[in-house]
Amino acid sequence: MSTQTTDIKFTPENLEKAHEIIARYPEGKQKSALIPLLHLVQKQWGWVSPEAMDYVAEMLSIESIEVYEVATFYTMFHLEPVGKHVIEYCRTGPCCLMGGEKVYDHLKQRLGVQTGQTTPDGMFTLKEVECLAACGWGPVFQIREKYYMNLTCDKVDEIIDELSK
Amino acid sequence: MKILTQHINEPGIETFDVYRKHGGYTAVEKAIKSMTPDEVVEEVKKSGVRGRGGAGFPMGMKWSFLAKPEGVPRYLVCNADESEPGTFKDHYLMKSIPHLLIEGMIVSSYALGANKSFIYVRGELLYVIAILEKAIAEAKAKGFLGKNILGSGYDLELVVQPGGGAYICGEETALLESLEGKRGNPRNKPPFPAVKGLYQCPTVVNNVESISNTPWIINNGGEAYAALGVGRSTGTKLISASGHIRKPGVYEIVLGVPVEEFIYSDEYCGGIRDGHYLKALVAGGSSVPILPANLITTTANNEPRLMTYESLSDGGFATGTMLGSGGFIVFDETACIVKNTLNFAHFYRHESCGQCSPCREGTGWMEKILYRIENGRGTQADIDLLVDVSRKIEGNTICPLGDAAAWPVASAIRHFRHEFEWHISHPEEATRPGAVYPTEAVLN
Repeated sequence: MSTQTTDIKFTPENLEKAHEIIARYPEGKQKSALIPLLHLVQKQWGWVSPEAMDYVAEMLSIESIEVYEVATFYTMFHLEPVGKHVIEYCRTGPCCLMGGEKVYDHLKQRLGVQTGQTTPDGMFTLKEVECLAACGWGPVFQIREKYYMNLTCDKVDEIIDELSK
Repeated sequence: MKILTQHINEPGIETFDVYRKHGGYTAVEKAIKSMTPDEVVEEVKKSGVRGRGGAGFPMGMKWSFLAKPEGVPRYLVCNADESEPGTFKDHYLMKSIPHLLIEGMIVSSYALGANKSFIYVRGELLYVIAILEKAIAEAKAKGFLGKNILGSGYDLELVVQPGGGAYICGEETALLESLEGKRGNPRNKPPFPAVKGLYQCPTVVNNVESISNTPWIINNGGEAYAALGVGRSTGTKLISASGHIRKPGVYEIVLGVPVEEFIYSDEYCGGIRDGHYLKALVAGGSSVPILPANLITTTANNEPRLMTYESLSDGGFATGTMLGSGGFIVFDETACIVKNTLNFAHFYRHESCGQCSPCREGTGWMEKILYRIENGRGTQADIDLLVDVSRKIEGNTICPLGDAAAWPVASAIRHFRHEFEWHISHPEEATRPGAVYPTEAVLN
């Protein structure tokens, strides 16, 4: 869990990506790059810090407040430091019908944390999210871009074992 | 008859070459080389294809509303923000056969005269965005995208835009706000996006599945598409089936299949899971009215219920529902309707953008009232209070999220009022883990 956010700068690779993203939009409409850039921020630092938001504002020549209001609206952006792996668990109806609650209870027990908490070793943060559009393949959770589907208690153990290595 | 999923299981279909081998991109060639944009619009109009995101508005008609002032760019935006609980068809289509959407985007952009088009994908599907971007790069390398497509002089650039996790951005004006880098607050209409949309320019917003139908329509003609289906429900529809069925998944049906066949045939859902029986159905995503067992396979007039826009809504909200997005959620007798209604109410409270008071406040009230009923602290008056709150949200908000939040609550009480009453009158029994209204007692 890193809280080190001073001297905010994209890596050369991410900076190149950021410029490529900004160039996608018509002239004067660079604000459209905001959400993609916040994803890039989260990819690099794991979360979106106030300093990173100011950095993005400067990059897009917009006010910092315009970045704050967007970052606080969209639930994918973590506004506080998170663990190495953020488990985003679907709590919506169809996944519950597929046995989602039992598996979630098991996952909480296995990690020893409640919703919203991070394990003491900083490895896992557990979040509940709304429908991930994978209802027929539930229960489902997501860690970054990867979907883990048709979860069972055993499968959850395997995934946690693997990621704990 | 499959239009969208015919080749979906071919190994390598996500690559340009395999997609091309199965007839991919012939619609682009046909449209760009031998048809005018207006002729493409005409074929889509003739097809009768209706918006597959949930609203069911005729796509060709939506296209014909697009304003075309001189010197102003026009935009096509694909709505791939699929977030309605129970709906996962666009996710399936994009990850499995990305070139189908790309081809549809090219054909549709050509028809509308757009030179820059966007695919707005919900942010959680970052891996699907990578798949789409790879497909776009392939199509560009083969001359189907970019400058001077196939030597025609027509230019098109496709941009894949991620969302940030907000159901509201599936509403088209909220989506456009989001695409402009703002909070997803829906806009007042008019002006409609067809006149002032993205960057205040004329814009068409269409769902993934809708756009993915256009290559077939161009290759085979609008009339051939219209010949499929029943009445005004033309063509095929992707149904994403989940819940207590033997075979959850995405199925492409020709509109008009009986609901009974869809649930019980091995070709589709394969019936209710072993040893259980059908209790309730949400036919078109979490926002449409829930139906009890006796109104699912037949209408109130005892006609067979069909998978069409018209038949599913037969009887209005009193005894019918909606085809919606095709998010088909099946409940067996182990499902607690109160608990499920609370779950959905939580969803809408969480996803309300907060702009309109009836929705912002009302969704929270409904969740709180349902929470206390579910947890054995409700009163009988709470049931009518819920109905009252739902009525005060419905129709009183800028966008349809308010309605979407109100309908599941109102319909659950309409058809399952006894379950709410039982929760209130039997708090001890009702709050035991896994407790469900004792259906058998009623049947006997």
